[in-house]
Amino acid sequence: MATKKDVDDRFKKFGTVSFTAISKTNDFIDYLEQGKVMGTRCGACGKSFFPPRSNCYRCLDNPMEWFEVSGNGTLVTYSRLQFAPIGFEADLPYAIALLDYGDYKVFGRISSEIPEEELSIGMPMRTRVNELPNGQLNYVFEKSDS
Amino acid sequence: MPKVAIVGVGQSAFVRSYPGSIREMVFDGFQEALTDAGMSAADIGASVVCSAPEYDKQRSPSGVFAEYLGLNPQPTVYVETLCSSGSTGVRLAYSLVASGLHDAVAVLGFQKMSEISSAETQERMGRGGDIQWESPFGTMMPAYYAMFARAHMDAFGTTPEDLAEIRVKASTYGQLNEKAVYRKAVTADMFADPEHRMAGTVASPLRVGDCCANADGSSCIIVASEEKADALARKPIWILGTGAASASVNLAGRDLFSGLSVAREAARQAYQMAGIGPDDVDVAEVHDCFTIAEMMAYEDLGFAEPGSGKDLIRGKETYKEGRIPVNVDGGLLSKGHPIGATGGSQIRTIVMQLRGEAGEIQVQHPSIGLVHNIGGVGLYGNVTILGR
Ligand SMILES: [Zn+2]
Repeated sequence: MATKKDVDDRFKKFGTVSFTAISKTNDFIDYLEQGKVMGTRCGACGKSFFPPRSNCYRCLDNPMEWFEVSGNGTLVTYSRLQFAPIGFEADLPYAIALLDYGDYKVFGRISSEIPEEELSIGMPMRTRVNELPNGQLNYVFEKSDS
Repeated sequence: MPKVAIVGVGQSAFVRSYPGSIREMVFDGFQEALTDAGMSAADIGASVVCSAPEYDKQRSPSGVFAEYLGLNPQPTVYVETLCSSGSTGVRLAYSLVASGLHDAVAVLGFQKMSEISSAETQERMGRGGDIQWESPFGTMMPAYYAMFARAHMDAFGTTPEDLAEIRVKASTYGQLNEKAVYRKAVTADMFADPEHRMAGTVASPLRVGDCCANADGSSCIIVASEEKADALARKPIWILGTGAASASVNLAGRDLFSGLSVAREAARQAYQMAGIGPDDVDVAEVHDCFTIAEMMAYEDLGFAEPGSGKDLIRGKETYKEGRIPVNVDGGLLSKGHPIGATGGSQIRTIVMQLRGEAGEIQVQHPSIGLVHNIGGVGLYGNVTILGR
């Protein structure tokens, strides 16, 4: 019988504050710890999903395989925040953004090392795992030539 | 399809902090709508309550309101689509009446946002996004809409000054609306002055002046059958079209960032049902939670081609005297945005316009009006078309 400490709550490690503890995509966190940002691909129809999901709504089946988000995406849009929700104040200022990888898109943060003036829509960027000051893990976008 | 009417409209004042409980606040809008319709509570066959539950201390408020408003033993139900809950409620009431199940339905929208702090409000609003995959990055409503603003500017050359002009228009009419929370003038000079509060960045490129204010408030729309409407003294306003749509909550699942796909789809449905096109609309209320949202609405509703929304505001075409008056009650930017009450307030404005009862903000002889009400960052979209 499962005891309390058997609860697989790995997902609470995602982002500055995670609002989810338990997910069938908890392996995403293990991959982050290995330095990899992973999506899932349906083994039946081949559709790529990011964020990763454990079910394919097209096939109504779950033969999901992990794939790594690698190479360049292009910056679709972004915004730099001067105010933050509760729990995120220490991260300010930070920019959230969307990258387009063709088959899928990735929502995340821009690396804090890139000033806003150096951002432009359409620029190539890549996704990298990032450890936050509070020990949590997320991923950020950086210039693809850096 | 049988004809369905709106026979009564009401709303409380939208205020920073309502001096009463939620049932008392909802009473204000209900009382006004019932009086407007010339009906009594016994005439109401059912009620539909609309709000965003994360602000409510009361669980399942519909039962509480039904008793307080004298609507027992009639059935009541709660609906929620974030900021478009009120329009969703009217769409549900339409179907309850069109089906013949009820001949009059009261749609009660409300939100008392003042019970929690502004930062808590932002956090709750942000959780209207994808809490598993987006919220851990520290998302907020202004930042999501700012991403659309950035994409719109990049694609079409829309400028921060264009967005400021939308806020200036809103304040022009907000000053005339005694039920609006923000009644002061806003000028383009304020946005041009980096020291001015309005010009302060919230989430680039959106500034304080680009954002609507939280507010407390309630609204009530009474939807009725043709037979019921014809028995009343007042001339009814008809629901000619209703459209609704949904889209991916995570922006990673979207393809359009210079407009809202839900607005385009809901508008397509509503225009088709009403048998009209954008050129037939005489007056509109659009969901201007942020200035960029109104700009995108011009284009998503077909009042302007994609990318040409800026020409409408530059030419003052969306002012009261313009080609297509939009938000001449001050919009969410001036009225405030008490989530569940907003859709009902928008519909109330259009009903009063079509009746010719809008006073100082009356548009010249409108016969068709449109309401565009969005939930989340284009997660839910509702378009309702009304006619005399
Ligand atoms: Zn599949």
